[in-house]
Amino acid sequence: MKIDKKTKSNLITYGIVVAAFILFTALASTGNLSSHMKGLLVPMTYYAVIAVALNLCVGILGELSIGHCGFMCIGAFTSAFFSKATAEILPSGIRFFLAFLIGIAFAALFGFLIGIPVLRLKGDYLAIVTLAFGEIIKNILNAFYIGLDKSGIHFSLKNAMELGLDESGEVIVNGAMGITGTPHDSTFTIGIVVLLISLFVVLNLINSRDGRAIMAIRDNYIAAESTGINVTGYKMMAFTISAAIAGAAGVLFSHNITTLTATSQYFGYNASIMILVYVVLGGIGNIRGSVIAACILYLLPELLRGFSNYRMLIYSIVLIVMMIVNWSPKIIEWRKRTLGKFDFRKNSGKEIA
Amino acid sequence: MKKFSKVISALMASVLVASALVGCTDAASTETTDSQAQSAQESQGSADNGATFKIGAIGPLTGGAAAYGNAVCNAAELAVEDINAAGGINGYKVEYSKEDDELNAEKSVNAYNTLKDWGMQILVGSTTSACSIAVSEYTKADNMFQLTPSGSAVDCVKYDNVFRVCFSDPNQGIASAQYISDHNLATKVGIIYDSSDVYSTGIYQKFVDESAGKNYEIVSQEAFTADNATDFSVQLQKAKDAGADLVFLPIYYQAASLILTQANTMGYAPTFFGVDGMDGILTVENFDTKLAEGVMLLTPFAADAKDDLTVNFVKKYEEKYGETPNQFAADAYDAVFIIKQAIEAKNATPDMSISDLGDALKGAMTEIEASGLTSSKMTWDASGEPNKEPKAVVIKDGAYVSAE
Repeated sequence: MKIDKKTKSNLITYGIVVAAFILFTALASTGNLSSHMKGLLVPMTYYAVIAVALNLCVGILGELSIGHCGFMCIGAFTSAFFSKATAEILPSGIRFFLAFLIGIAFAALFGFLIGIPVLRLKGDYLAIVTLAFGEIIKNILNAFYIGLDKSGIHFSLKNAMELGLDESGEVIVNGAMGITGTPHDSTFTIGIVVLLISLFVVLNLINSRDGRAIMAIRDNYIAAESTGINVTGYKMMAFTISAAIAGAAGVLFSHNITTLTATSQYFGYNASIMILVYVVLGGIGNIRGSVIAACILYLLPELLRGFSNYRMLIYSIVLIVMMIVNWSPKIIEWRKRTLGKFDFRKNSGKEIA
Repeated sequence: MKKFSKVISALMASVLVASALVGCTDAASTETTDSQAQSAQESQGSADNGATFKIGAIGPLTGGAAAYGNAVCNAAELAVEDINAAGGINGYKVEYSKEDDELNAEKSVNAYNTLKDWGMQILVGSTTSACSIAVSEYTKADNMFQLTPSGSAVDCVKYDNVFRVCFSDPNQGIASAQYISDHNLATKVGIIYDSSDVYSTGIYQKFVDESAGKNYEIVSQEAFTADNATDFSVQLQKAKDAGADLVFLPIYYQAASLILTQANTMGYAPTFFGVDGMDGILTVENFDTKLAEGVMLLTPFAADAKDDLTVNFVKKYEEKYGETPNQFAADAYDAVFIIKQAIEAKNATPDMSISDLGDALKGAMTEIEASGLTSSKMTWDASGEPNKEPKAVVIKDGAYVSAE
């Protein structure tokens, strides 16, 4: 049987993820993995997931979004709200599955709603609007007070006292204090499954008729429109899927850390730009690259803890060096000359096209 | 051939990454097994043969909240040095290590795991509320004893292995309301709080709850957020128009100093009443401390108190770190000595497992009565909340003096 090149490339991507999973699980079960590394596994998966989501938007759709953490934030809050509200009613397996559906659905809904006005814009304008969106989501969630008691859900934008809960009531979303006590359901296995599913969705989309239409829009808007491609429809589709996957990352996030606050260190534009760095370093349009880059760049500052306060400096220097080594044309040329056929990156350009 | 080299290179790359990761984990795990073996050996010998208690601290050492994290980690370090200089705990020396969490709950958990790999047995931290809550989920699983010096949100001490040194946010709100009412400080109260801050909203909510039925009424409640904490004229004008004769400021001192300055320019001079976050207002650069005259605050610690303990602590801290310690530092310094007292009460030894040590210290906490920088008498019940008297101070002639 002849496997075509794209299928093979996709299989390698899945293979790397599965191999990493087997490797880490084996290390953990034999007790060779430090608690520090074990704690980093789940965050690594959700940053890889959101990097995949953003790469779909930036690399495949060709629209720069710097508010993707906003979608992650929506996924995180809606799913954490659901899990907290049903913590005593549903068994954890079903609850977490439903939490995923809810987080993804809400993120997709917002992706769709934001997409309607936003995707009329291009380039810098789009970037600025998505940035504003991310900030708005964060600030709105900071003002929400939602409580639950026997008579149902209470909502206020003022403060927790306005909710008027009876004695059985519980404040679930407490303004700036966010949601505390979300059940700790995220595991490395679930994270890897989510990563594989999102890879599957994105890679299949890229290689489908729809994906080719999306890339045609990216490469030449006017030419694509003139061949009869429904530009708005395809743009909306890619953007909504991207938002939905970002929402899934948010669900993993909120069920890994028990305190969820809509503050800028998790969901602000700095966080969004960090994800964008993962995507750019891994290669715009190169899905496998963004998974690897997300893992390495998340691990790096943690592994540099030994250098205490200098680690951020070292991290930035490493970032600059990696960018240059990976993407400077002169270095690529030099790499090709010296490493020759062992350079497995040289096909990545063709994979995009 | 091309296919082959691609497969090979992918393999090689993954082997490289794997070996790097295994390399560092191996080092860490051998280290811990070594230290375990060591402590097992040493436990057979006498008490002073080098077995140590390992205390870790977590706080934001970089970024915007670094002042708090550094205060906690520095003071804990100082306390450990003092203890070691005086012969340790029951003859065992104490080792100390700190990790940065960048005010990020996720990183705080990473910091906790790093410290665990180092061999930490007792945790002083995390410094801030949200981080402390996230970490407590893990200390609970390990049954490690956690004493947070400054995590003031209610949920910080949700689990039975977690205790705190500072007042909880609600307690500060309640204490403030009672103090204002008991001392007839006001008839009309205005509030300005930071709605984007957990600490501030926590105190504010409880203060409003507690104010029902008191001998004053709340006439204005105005919020600001961290993003617009520079201009308070609107909030002050509303308080002024409503005729508030006392303005309650459950916020940190940076914003409070701006409020005082702006109130002065608009000629509005009510009594300002703060909580422990107001501590430090006299050290704000370019702030005319005359404006703070008459400001009252509830705080567990004032750096210029004249008792020996405070004077010594402030002197040593200033010598070593070149700045005046704030209440975070005082809480952390007390925390380490409270741990010492709890260990001594149970005659705990470093070779106990983390969980056994946790159980012993949990029991000890409800029995001991500690005295330190932040209070001369502190006791705990099983809920983890400290029982201590709130102290009110008033700023007079550029210094804190007791308000009683």
